[in-house]
Amino acid sequence: MSDCMSKLVRTTADVMFLFITVFGFYIVLHGHLTPGGGFQGGAIVAGGFILLIVANRLEDFLKWFQKRSFQSCEVSGLVLFIGTALAAIPLGYIFFKNFLNGAGGLFGQAVPFGINSGILNTAGTIPIMNIAVGIEVLGGLSIIVLYMTSGIRSHEEGE
Amino acid sequence: MDIILDNLPGLLIAIPLLGAFLTPVLSRAGDNVRNVWVMVITTLSSLCGLLVASRVLEAGTIVYAFGVDTISNVIPLDSGGIPIRIIFTIDPINAFMLIIAAVVGFCITLYSISSMEKLSGKDGFFTLLFLLVASVYGMIATGDLFNFFVFLEISSLAGAALVAYRIDKGVATEAGFKYAALSTLGGMLFLVGVGLLYAQYNSLNMAVIADRMQLTGLDIMAFVLFFTALAMKCGAVPMHFWTPDSYTMAPSSVTAFLVVSSQASLYALFRVCFTLYGGQINPLTVGWVIIILGVLSMFIGVTMAIPQKDVKRLMAYHAVSQTGYMLLGVGVGLAALSSTCFSQGVGMMALKGGLFHIMNHALYKGLLFLTAGVIMYRCGTRNLNQLGGLGHNMKWTMIFFMIGALAIAGIPPFNGFASKLLIYESTFLFNPLIAVIAMVVSILTLASFVKVFHSMFMGPKLPEYQDVEEAPKPMLIAMGILAVLVILFGIFPQQVVDTLVTPAAFALVDYHGYISAVLGGA
Repeated sequence: MSDCMSKLVRTTADVMFLFITVFGFYIVLHGHLTPGGGFQGGAIVAGGFILLIVANRLEDFLKWFQKRSFQSCEVSGLVLFIGTALAAIPLGYIFFKNFLNGAGGLFGQAVPFGINSGILNTAGTIPIMNIAVGIEVLGGLSIIVLYMTSGIRSHEEGE
Repeated sequence: MDIILDNLPGLLIAIPLLGAFLTPVLSRAGDNVRNVWVMVITTLSSLCGLLVASRVLEAGTIVYAFGVDTISNVIPLDSGGIPIRIIFTIDPINAFMLIIAAVVGFCITLYSISSMEKLSGKDGFFTLLFLLVASVYGMIATGDLFNFFVFLEISSLAGAALVAYRIDKGVATEAGFKYAALSTLGGMLFLVGVGLLYAQYNSLNMAVIADRMQLTGLDIMAFVLFFTALAMKCGAVPMHFWTPDSYTMAPSSVTAFLVVSSQASLYALFRVCFTLYGGQINPLTVGWVIIILGVLSMFIGVTMAIPQKDVKRLMAYHAVSQTGYMLLGVGVGLAALSSTCFSQGVGMMALKGGLFHIMNHALYKGLLFLTAGVIMYRCGTRNLNQLGGLGHNMKWTMIFFMIGALAIAGIPPFNGFASKLLIYESTFLFNPLIAVIAMVVSILTLASFVKVFHSMFMGPKLPEYQDVEEAPKPMLIAMGILAVLVILFGIFPQQVVDTLVTPAAFALVDYHGYISAVLGGA
């Protein structure tokens, strides 16, 4: 782990990271229209971070991204999820009620009847919960890999 | 206000989940802020559990669907009479279990605040603890098989992480891994069973499946899968081997709640036998299988407990043994209710005894594990050979331990006696031999706790524990609440049986009532 990979690999990883992240967020955002969703998209973004960890030194990676910020991602995603579900109660609905659906505004467009090409601005709270899960999973999976990598390093030092 | 009351079953899991997710953030503001937050959340969630239970006992079964337009609109009008959402169905037996989870949940959180003081990683600890609480509430309240599986998995993962929390040179990690692996295996068995039922009946709702149950060959396979998975999760004997490890290595407050989470699995086992397959399976066969599991658990649990030198391991084997009593009571109930040789009274009495024992066990076993936690906290060892003379300095802990030990052995003024008497009486009418075994096990339990009491608290002060102090206030208060309940339930068992246990027992037997509560008089 002490050595990083060759410059070729690192540059490719840096370039690919952007595309992987964008693709991951695309999957998250289109969760209510296409296969995939919050978990799958979040896992793809976390895959981008894992690529960076593998290609670079762990110390370098920790200079760019802190463990704490991944933890914050995880927590904010979870709070956004349960907050969206709970927000229905002060508004006078039942817990988990999809109160944005068909109400106009954010994700509030009603879906026209029949076949359509997929309208992003629909489905109410479902996309919001997808985004919440996406943020949570990218934080959670990255932090799992970070801890496992730290484990390898301390194991090697122990020997 | 109405909207909050309407939403109480949803808040049951929403509050602990919100608490769990915000704990890491608030931990950054310091220990005091987090402690206040933890207390607020646990008070609210326990209050919520008790309120839901009292509403169910007053007004009958609550059926709560997530995200519907109006609270009464459980089954969508255009779905052909099938509930398609996640549904919480809370009838008196669920209310009964909710009360247990609410009381024990509050006590262990209060206890953890001071027992965890010296340890690091507390934000993670309380997050996992709230997840465990939420999952137990969910397992109890849900009326949907797949949803039950999800909560079962949450409880397994949170439980395993909590068991491994005190790494303890890898021993706790091993116990946690064992718990995780076995729970996952159980969860997968359960999931296969759910799949078998879903493939045939196109629904995951327990009431719908119970209504349509045909008892085909696949259904019997699913029944065996459910039965095995849940019997393993509740620690019945051939599948009990994870309990001593994980109960010993988990922090004591967690152990007290792991007991409740095992009991939630036990409840699910009864729900599967009585409601999901209600009136379809052969009650005599299944009843006898449960009785045999119960007798094995009772006897093997207690005989394994006697030689133990580690106080928590000893208590863990006693937990297995006490689970045997619950299985015995309910098994006799199931077998006797179906048989024409016995009056309905015998079966109902056994059923009440088994259910009442669940509640009593959660209270006194929780109390015992918490006292063991105090010993661990103050003396740093669980080894009975190294302990002694603690009664001089830890008077309250000694009294609480005594109350718990006498209750578990079934000595009259405490609650263990009340439920064991119901089990003895009904079992004696059903089959005297089993009643004799149950009494012998009770005597062995007493013997083993006399040994523990003597080697921990009696004798002269040992030099190394000369200045050992009494437990901190929050721990004493938590144990005190449980101890007072143990005594109250022992002095007024009739009131408790009448208000809580009897409705629960009738709700368990009456599967038509459960189905019609969800499907609406079908």
